[in-house]
Amino acid sequence: MSDSSGGRLTPHLRRLEAEGIAIIREVAASFRNPVLLYSIGKDSSVVLQLAMKAFAPGPLPFPLLHIATGWDFKAMLDFRDARVAELGLKLHVHSNPEGIARGIGPLTHGSQLHMSVMGTEALKQALDMHGFDAALGGARRDEEKARAKERVFSHRAPGHVWEPRSQRPELWGLYNTRINPGETMRVFPLSNWTEFDVWDYIAAEDIPIVPLYYAAERPMLRRSGALIMRDDNRMELEPGEQEEMMWVRFRTMGDWPLTGAHESRAENIHQVMDELRTSKTSERQGRLIDSDQEASMERKKREGYF
Amino acid sequence: MDTNVAGSQRSLLRLLTCGSVDDGKSTLIGRMLYDAQQIMEDTLATITKDSRKHGTVGEDVDLALLVDGLEAERQQGITIDVAYRFFATPKRSFIVADCPGHEQYTRNMATGASNSDLAIILADARKGLLTQTKRHSYICSLLGIKHVVLAVNKIDLMGFDQGVFDRIVGEYASFAAGLGFQTMQPIPLSARFGDNVTGRSGNTAWYRGPTLLEHLEAVSTEQDEVAKPFRFPVQWVNRPNLDFRGFSGTVASGAVAVGDPIVVAASGKSSHVARLVGPDGDMEKAVAYDAITIVLKDEVDVARGDVLVPPMDRPPVSDQFAAHILWMDEEALLPGRQYLMRTGNLWTNASITTIKHRVDVGTLEHQPAKKLELNEIGFCNISTSQRVPMDPYAENRQMGSFILVDRFTNRTAGCGMMDFPLRRATNVHHEQFLVDKAARAALDSQKPMVLWFTGLSGSGKSTVAKLVEKALHAQGRHTYTLDGDNLRHGLNNDLGFTDQDRVENIRRVGEVSKLMVDAGLIVLCSFISPFRAERNMVREMLEPGEFVEIFVDTPLEECIRRDAKGLYARAKSGAIKNFTGISSPYEAPEKAEIVLSGGGATPDVLAEQVLDLVAARQLG
Repeated sequence: MSDSSGGRLTPHLRRLEAEGIAIIREVAASFRNPVLLYSIGKDSSVVLQLAMKAFAPGPLPFPLLHIATGWDFKAMLDFRDARVAELGLKLHVHSNPEGIARGIGPLTHGSQLHMSVMGTEALKQALDMHGFDAALGGARRDEEKARAKERVFSHRAPGHVWEPRSQRPELWGLYNTRINPGETMRVFPLSNWTEFDVWDYIAAEDIPIVPLYYAAERPMLRRSGALIMRDDNRMELEPGEQEEMMWVRFRTMGDWPLTGAHESRAENIHQVMDELRTSKTSERQGRLIDSDQEASMERKKREGYF
Repeated sequence: MDTNVAGSQRSLLRLLTCGSVDDGKSTLIGRMLYDAQQIMEDTLATITKDSRKHGTVGEDVDLALLVDGLEAERQQGITIDVAYRFFATPKRSFIVADCPGHEQYTRNMATGASNSDLAIILADARKGLLTQTKRHSYICSLLGIKHVVLAVNKIDLMGFDQGVFDRIVGEYASFAAGLGFQTMQPIPLSARFGDNVTGRSGNTAWYRGPTLLEHLEAVSTEQDEVAKPFRFPVQWVNRPNLDFRGFSGTVASGAVAVGDPIVVAASGKSSHVARLVGPDGDMEKAVAYDAITIVLKDEVDVARGDVLVPPMDRPPVSDQFAAHILWMDEEALLPGRQYLMRTGNLWTNASITTIKHRVDVGTLEHQPAKKLELNEIGFCNISTSQRVPMDPYAENRQMGSFILVDRFTNRTAGCGMMDFPLRRATNVHHEQFLVDKAARAALDSQKPMVLWFTGLSGSGKSTVAKLVEKALHAQGRHTYTLDGDNLRHGLNNDLGFTDQDRVENIRRVGEVSKLMVDAGLIVLCSFISPFRAERNMVREMLEPGEFVEIFVDTPLEECIRRDAKGLYARAKSGAIKNFTGISSPYEAPEKAEIVLSGGGATPDVLAEQVLDLVAARQLG
């Protein structure tokens, strides 16, 4: 028994936790067939933790969905399966069958086409196939400029189209959850969290995360100014290229050929947070897909990227 | 990022920035983020590149580009939507709502204000106070903001002149005197060069007050929600198995402990708190903002939308309220029209019965109004279809706020702040009589219903309705016809043909139809009734199956060709205003029970179609 919730959390984090729980409950109460988009990253792990708390002592009243692009780090898939088994969750995994048939991949087709076919298209397929009318995700407003204007309940027209001008004003906590047939909602319980809040919460709550977030000695390849870990031999070494063992960690999770590591000795969460405090680069810098073109995130969102 | 101190007891301040276009809001926020060292090297490199392309400050880095996110607005150089920014100092975390200054986006400003405790109101030192500055101040006040900063920006362009600053501050102070702000801190600054933003400026030696950041770190905005009466809007009923039934939600105000007595506000049913389940398991006590699940001692009927409150300190419960409404939709608010209303976790139908006045936000004057257009604010009476527990907004923001949603588009059309419940509702009760609708209908051995003919003028509504009534009468049915033209000679002779009068016309016809159905009659109504919302309103006044919508679908060209009353000719010449089909819209039904193609078959054939359905309903 405790007085008010969790002495471990700062007042600021406790407010963010309560707000996140309320948003997740609102989804369960207002939609016919919601789903939690589980990307296996740290933000998804926090959303999952909040969802477990929101419905305790009951189970999660909706399933998880993972969009597998075929290029996830193996460590991510192992982690995913272990978490799902441990927590007794229902998980759907979907990959774009047409993309697989056409052999779409980041090395052969470029990051832009790969993410469009295996990420965005696959997600739309899965949402349509299961008839999900609301999808919870871990996106935060502090991640990127196009996201700073995102609603907590983000309305999508038929075809999953995001139109900036048709987004609904969100006053107080009075979310307008009503949709017409064919329309869907994307919901972001971590909207008001910063990257540091997420780490702070993971530390305070002792939430398991993919080990790639922590530094270890790994075989790394330097290519186009990024540090890439060859997770399998689909990426061939170019003449003169050579892997070297380096102490690195990853700041975000994604497809391994598109996710850059950085040199680090931060082997536990407290060292990771110390490193973040002195960091001079933003979180998305390690993502090779964002720098494709100017304002690329906004364009992806319009097309239905999460 | 060394300002992000882990594990500190740092508090949170939510604020918004507002002002007119080009007052420099985005630049000011960019400056605060930059000075608080929240800008990473790669981000800075990107905007340095962008400054050359889009920027408006020559070779300098345009800090506004840090926050102007969408491509469209970068190209236009304006901010078109609310953006949220985050930064922290060792003393406080800040969430900044960056609100646009364009007149048509006032709704976004209200959105930012609804979730903020403090507002930075920008004024351009060169321009002084604009109507927009006053509008934004009034909206902040209306939405319950108690603390404002008057940021007199671009003071560098006025030579850091104290006279300019003092004049603007004086003018603002007299305007804002009636707005109920607890603190108002004027600061002369230059967002572009950083004067008095985070560091004290040598250019304004005459200014003795705090810098902007010093003030934001120090100002106390704590509204003590915990000290208010306990309010718990039930969000979700958690019933995973037969052994557990809990009510989940977030404590809106006050505190609750295991063993406390509670009542359900609307029904008055009472119980005691048996268990409190928080994010980390069972707890003894919960306070405002906690997300919890309450288990009661007794099996009490509680659903989403109910509010649990202490028996000795209950909120008013009513179905009539006076409230301020800010309209946010392009389609104007019309009195009498039905909207969906959300307050707390309760969705209900609501309509505005009266607009008492509209507020001119530039002068704060009250003006008469028959409707509220986009961005207009009115003081209104609201009627809800069920009794709703609400506290006045001034006492409790969570319990006194609501949104109105368009029933067809689902757009958030307006937001409101409840001022007080109207006592009238508690004194007028429904009287129950011994002979009811079913008894009367049984005596007539017929099922009462409304046959609602809708369509353009000249479509043939009345012609078909007359034939149907004649045939029903011959079958021994008791009928009555309500005709638009006839009613306008009597019951509705005070109404014209504006949108709001058309809504009221149909509302009255609906109520009369309902009485006649109650009396056991088959009622035939032929009205142009051009709006879906009002036809639907009548449908919902009646029991399921009692309302039969008959769309007499005659092409406009055919109606114009017939023009039996010569009305189209006069409408086209401009002699009649607001004529449906010519100068006023007709919204065709989407789910009519019967669609009659009025251009094709004869009236007798069309009447047969209606009679077939009536016959089927009489049997069923």
